[in-house]
Amino acid sequence: MKISVTVNGQTHESDVEPRTLLVQYVREDLGLTGTNIGCDTSSCGACSLHLDGEAVKSCTVLAVQADGSQVTTIEGLVTDGKMHPMQDAFMQNHGLQCGFCTPGMVMAGISLLNENPNPTEDEVRMGLEGNLCRCTGYHNIVQSILACAKGGK
Amino acid sequence: MIPSLFDYKRASSAAEAISLVSEYGEDAKFLAGGHSLLPLMKLRLAAPSVLVDIGRLKDLSYITDAGSYIAIGALTRHMDVETSPIVKQHVPLLACAAGHVGDPQVRHRGTIGGSIAHADSASDLPATTLALGATYVVQGASGTREIAATDFYKGFLESALQPDEMLTEIRVPKMNGAGWSFQKFNRRAQDWAIVGVAAWRGNGGSGVALVNMGSTPVLATDVATALASGASVADAAELAAAQADPQSDLNASAEYRVHLAKVLVRRALEEATK
Repeated sequence: MKISVTVNGQTHESDVEPRTLLVQYVREDLGLTGTNIGCDTSSCGACSLHLDGEAVKSCTVLAVQADGSQVTTIEGLVTDGKMHPMQDAFMQNHGLQCGFCTPGMVMAGISLLNENPNPTEDEVRMGLEGNLCRCTGYHNIVQSILACAKGGK
Repeated sequence: MIPSLFDYKRASSAAEAISLVSEYGEDAKFLAGGHSLLPLMKLRLAAPSVLVDIGRLKDLSYITDAGSYIAIGALTRHMDVETSPIVKQHVPLLACAAGHVGDPQVRHRGTIGGSIAHADSASDLPATTLALGATYVVQGASGTREIAATDFYKGFLESALQPDEMLTEIRVPKMNGAGWSFQKFNRRAQDWAIVGVAAWRGNGGSGVALVNMGSTPVLATDVATALASGASVADAAELAAAQADPQSDLNASAEYRVHLAKVLVRRALEEATK
């Protein structure tokens, strides 16, 4: 099926099988491998990206469902060579260990702050309930998002 | 994991969706947010040959105050139910339960109608709308009919919906200030409830329904009857599992679920009793 999806500002006209998952589409068809596949069962959140501005689990969305939509992946956060403030906050606060969950955590964190710009620590923790870190590095991930919300580092 | 092959049809109206499903029969499934159906398809536990995508029927995404009840379009997402000022004001129990479905990413995609039509007894919204005495509006080729939540759930993932019928609206009676509580017991954030309880009490009545206590969501009418005849919360809660037939699984034995149901119903009623 023919679809048209704008990913990181660039519109792609593609022909996909209806069963193609959005995460497959961005990784394999578009070569954007920053979005990871973890559990593949919509539990872990590693595949989180933004669909029309909101975090979704791209292992549980069909590419055809994203037809006509705006998608942002971790690769799309950099503008003019500068990292997104959330990425910067993760770097400054050591919000990662092995890094596998990090793209999903960053995308979920941005989505969370879009909906709740000044969250409490508890709200950040609840807001990340869909993202698992097997390193259990949650403390610094939460601190990173709180730091980003405060606009500091 | 990739679903098996299927044909994809995108409907531009409810009527077209119903017509498409009628055309393809029982091999066709409606796709709304896809957060119940796609996981099943990826695990190959479901393999419909045709998916009729109704996700773009924006006219079925709404929340309106209809006087005695709140009308919610079937394609309203969990996030929109959770954050709706109308739902929070008039049916706070439902807003709370919607906020317990999955996680934020899931709530950005999953819909109230999809969750109810999927009829999973382990889901939060079937039991919650059952406790609240909701009515479901369904549309088929031959017209529209209303199904009371109490008549809707027929068995494991089975509902009174006919294959060519589509759930279009959920009507939830206003709570009119009644006390309420939503209890969800699980071991990890975002998991399905091992046992859950949706309860309200006030204005001379009460409603208690159980999540994951059998093949269908369970309306614990024995508890409500006991409360109505003057039983204490503790005594009424002892009847919590009287009408349930829970299964044992990796998370809990049936006996443990019965115990949990009694504890959680007591907690819920204590919280709901003002």
